[in-house]
Amino acid sequence: MLDLIHISKTFNPGTVNEKKAVSDLSVHLDDGDFVTIIGSNGAGKSTLFNAVAGTFYVDSGSVILGGQDITYLEEHKRSRVIGRMFQDPLKGTAPSMSIEENLALAYLRSSEGTSPFSRIGRRDKELFREKLALLGMGLEDRMKNPVGLLSGGQRQALTLLMATMVTPKVLLLDEHTAALDPATADKVMELTRRIVSESHITCMMITHNMSQALETGNRTFLMSDGRIVYDVKGEERSRLTTQDLLRKFREGTGRDLDNDRILLSE
Amino acid sequence: MLYIVKTALELGFLYALVPMALFLSFRVLDIADLTTDGCFVLGGAVSVSFALAGHPILGIPAAMIAGACAGFVTAFLHTHLKIPAILAGIITNTGLYTVNLMVMKWSSNLSILKTPTMFSMLKDTGFGGAWYQVILAAAITVVMALLLMWFLSTRLGLSIRATGDNIDMVRASSVNPRFTITVGLCIANALTGLSGAMVGQYQNTIDINGGTGIVVIALACLIIGETVLGRRSLRKGVWAAITGSVIYRIIYAVVLYTKVVPVQGLKLITAIVVALAIAFPTIKEWAAFRKAKKNGNRKGGTANA
Repeated sequence: MLDLIHISKTFNPGTVNEKKAVSDLSVHLDDGDFVTIIGSNGAGKSTLFNAVAGTFYVDSGSVILGGQDITYLEEHKRSRVIGRMFQDPLKGTAPSMSIEENLALAYLRSSEGTSPFSRIGRRDKELFREKLALLGMGLEDRMKNPVGLLSGGQRQALTLLMATMVTPKVLLLDEHTAALDPATADKVMELTRRIVSESHITCMMITHNMSQALETGNRTFLMSDGRIVYDVKGEERSRLTTQDLLRKFREGTGRDLDNDRILLSE
Repeated sequence: MLYIVKTALELGFLYALVPMALFLSFRVLDIADLTTDGCFVLGGAVSVSFALAGHPILGIPAAMIAGACAGFVTAFLHTHLKIPAILAGIITNTGLYTVNLMVMKWSSNLSILKTPTMFSMLKDTGFGGAWYQVILAAAITVVMALLLMWFLSTRLGLSIRATGDNIDMVRASSVNPRFTITVGLCIANALTGLSGAMVGQYQNTIDINGGTGIVVIALACLIIGETVLGRRSLRKGVWAAITGSVIYRIIYAVVLYTKVVPVQGLKLITAIVVALAIAFPTIKEWAAFRKAKKNGNRKGGTANA
């Protein structure tokens, strides 16, 4: 589904602040792969996501999504087939607009060909209500409320819905539960697993929770210095413990995993 | 007294589209668009020129198109050439001075002497009696308000609103924010141009400096309106622009009539009102901080003693 072929990205080239964020990274994701990503500080995890989403263009290499070369496709055009969530619940929604209006915006991704002057119709509203009900947060009865009134967890659940309402070819989750309290984080994680498996979405998730990284999805990357140093799936993965992951990291890089927020267990 | 009210209503409605334009650019898009002053004169110059050529009605849409073009230039400078929005507006505004002179055939003012205007045409039908100017200005303004509210609830309108609210989310919804900013600024300046067009034909003249400071006056109107109606919803915001404009003109008329403040002093007062109103949240925060600091000191003092 997603192919990254020898991609590299260097920030501030030729200055003292030069930083090779991703270097010569190649990876292939199968349709329906759910990859969890663990890495040290500055390993290039978010840069990898930015390269896929098109926040910037890569310096070299190509990005192929569903057979289409999107290396030089603009960010807003890619977003038609790429869903994305950040750690900050404020990033994914427009606070002064209502829940319904936020969903209508997210639904624009499916609306190629419809008139820009059309409005939210009754059928759209029914669809939104149905989808909101699936979150189990009672948001379906508050569709006219501004999103700014929702809690972080509710906003993040809404963002998840918005990112997946039009099924994306790939979903990028950048520590999307890290800013939530544990109970809410569990709930959003549960929703994520359900939606991803129901819609059979190809997904990459950055996390700093090592046991979550092993429990969720079917594949795990360890990243360091802009490279994937360990890529594991299948039976080998199912036998791994968090201690094994730490050892693999040391073997791959010759260093200990230094992420100041890493969680070894729940 | 009735005369004062009538004049205030006339001017209030004639100028109301400028605060409405600022509502769109400043409140909805969160961009301080300073194209306004020059754009207002541009609208007036175009409409007066058309009236002089015998096409007063045609002058109205022409002025709106001219205004939209001015907005497009500002938007292009900002979105494609990455010039900060305020500076982009000032650059366009400066350039417009020459463009406006050009439209006015290189003279600093242009007057309609004999040819009809849309106001004189309505007067000739006898419709509305002495209030024909109020009726025409109010009708155009209210129609524009309704159109704007409708537009902001369409899919394109939603994306424009989201652009001012969370620009990342707009990109994530497969909409190009450069496009939404451009459309928003074009519409805002079309409204400003329309206001200039109405004022030009109402006064039968347009002066090259007729737009000076209008952006601050319009902001004052918007703030007055929002204070009266509240700024919770989109609908209230649009009506606030009109209400504020009428209230401002009533105050203006009272000042003119009673001479409590010299008329020359009104712009300074307007500027102070706008500065205070926009600074209000900061002043409130500062006052609360001062209070907290004072209380904290007192409590700390007792603990030490």
